[in-house]
Amino acid sequence: MQTINSIQDEIIEDFSMYDDWNDKYEYLIEFGKSLGKLDEQYKTEENRIHGCQSRVWLHGEIKDDKLFFYADSDAIITKGIVGLLVRVLSGHTPNEIAESDLYFIEKIGLKDHLSPNRANGLVAMVKKMKTYGIAFQAK
Amino acid sequence: MLDIQKIRTDFPILNEKIRGKQLVYLDNGASTQKPQVVIDAESYYYEHQYANIHRGVHYLSQVGTDLYENVRKQVQQFVNAKHEHEIIFTKGTTNAINLVAYTFGRKFINEGDEILITEMEHHSNIVPWQMLCEEKKCILKYIPLQADGSINLEDAEKLITPKTKLVSVVYVSNALGTINPIKELIAIAHKNGAKILIDAAQAIQHFTIDVQALDCDFFVFSGHKIYGPTGTGILYGKDDILNQMPPYEGGGDMIKTVSFSGTTFNDLPFKFEAGTPNIAGCIALGTAIKYVQDLGIDNIRAYETELLNYATEKLSAIEGLKIYGTAKHKSSVISFLLDGIHPYDVGVILDNQGIAIRTGHHCAQPVMDHYGIPGTCRASFAFYNTKEEVDVLVEGILKAKKMLS
Repeated sequence: MQTINSIQDEIIEDFSMYDDWNDKYEYLIEFGKSLGKLDEQYKTEENRIHGCQSRVWLHGEIKDDKLFFYADSDAIITKGIVGLLVRVLSGHTPNEIAESDLYFIEKIGLKDHLSPNRANGLVAMVKKMKTYGIAFQAK
Repeated sequence: MLDIQKIRTDFPILNEKIRGKQLVYLDNGASTQKPQVVIDAESYYYEHQYANIHRGVHYLSQVGTDLYENVRKQVQQFVNAKHEHEIIFTKGTTNAINLVAYTFGRKFINEGDEILITEMEHHSNIVPWQMLCEEKKCILKYIPLQADGSINLEDAEKLITPKTKLVSVVYVSNALGTINPIKELIAIAHKNGAKILIDAAQAIQHFTIDVQALDCDFFVFSGHKIYGPTGTGILYGKDDILNQMPPYEGGGDMIKTVSFSGTTFNDLPFKFEAGTPNIAGCIALGTAIKYVQDLGIDNIRAYETELLNYATEKLSAIEGLKIYGTAKHKSSVISFLLDGIHPYDVGVILDNQGIAIRTGHHCAQPVMDHYGIPGTCRASFAFYNTKEEVDVLVEGILKAKKMLS
């Protein structure tokens, strides 16, 4: 089982292969397309992440003391972005998730490339995942 | 005829590189860029003429007051208002509509009365009325959209009745570009004894306006959409109606006398202008209006129509692209979607190529609900845009389509 940081390092390495943001978007689009669809029952208002221009849902559930995330969006780039966060955080303990330092976002330049509006959406995604971590930590 | 290449040199921002690419600015519906003369007017005022206006006996205060009040005269002439005091400076269109809702609305609209808007309004011409209806138990109704994004005057005839106290309609839809038949709407409103407000946020930069010929009761617009500074706007109202309306905000400038036993309010236009206004912004708005007038509104309109027709033809040729808003009378706005692709994704890919368009609901969610879509991509053109830029947009859309399909 990889640690949160080793997955982040992997993503940073993946992105380092591309100089051009066009290629980075291609990567995000392909990654977004490769992700499965979130079951309709989880596309609830409670699971909605607000602050994004497209609709984004995040569902979390605990299995064997580990927190697993499932996400979807009706915009493919957004789905790719939330998918990256899921790839980094899903399958770790609530404590690890709550305490994680998501340095890959800055390293791959994602935040700089997003308008404040979109960066807010990204912040909202991270916040929601960490809130899940904290909530399950308490249980 | 406009010399577009020369005009482009007046707008310094058009030389900017965005993400390494030449900026193609097609978000003029949201806000227009500023010519150097407007930027200079604001800084010149701060550098050489600044002081607070009205009541100051010293030289600078008088200079500032004259400059500021001259813009009021200039706006009066620009929209052909009968009186100078019918021109109220506001922060923008939203502020002007809220002013009318809070003053005219609270005084003259009562329980059971009706306010009529259209289904294509910007949120700023919906929410203030919803808030008023909540408070006063009046009823908000709307003229429905037709498939092409226009309204039907027969619907207006049916919906405007003696119960209607105010009709508040957009001149040009920001989301679809539809130009509404405001002359006819004004006549129908008056026939039924209703007052009418025209939201000209998307019209003032494209059409010659004559509020006396139109005979509308209120007419509002924003400075930043006519190449002027943000935080400036105009409320025109007919003198007799404005005089009957209570003040909006209380404070300095809007009073005659203040004592603890009571306060008397100032005359028009100051009654509605409490506090120190956006002096520099208003002065630069005057410069912006002069800039537009020097180019000639009719020249601008002719050129923008040419751009709209060119862009409509080019975009329509893209397979899987659907244009929303195909009314016969349209302003230079194209709202579109690519089949099966979210508008946000298209916006991101275009942004990466230096092309600025708007994506989303354009603060007109009921329009999106009408079409059952989450939002659109919107390209909106100004006189400094070129056919070459339309070609860049088309290439960008094709690229986005290829990447996202």
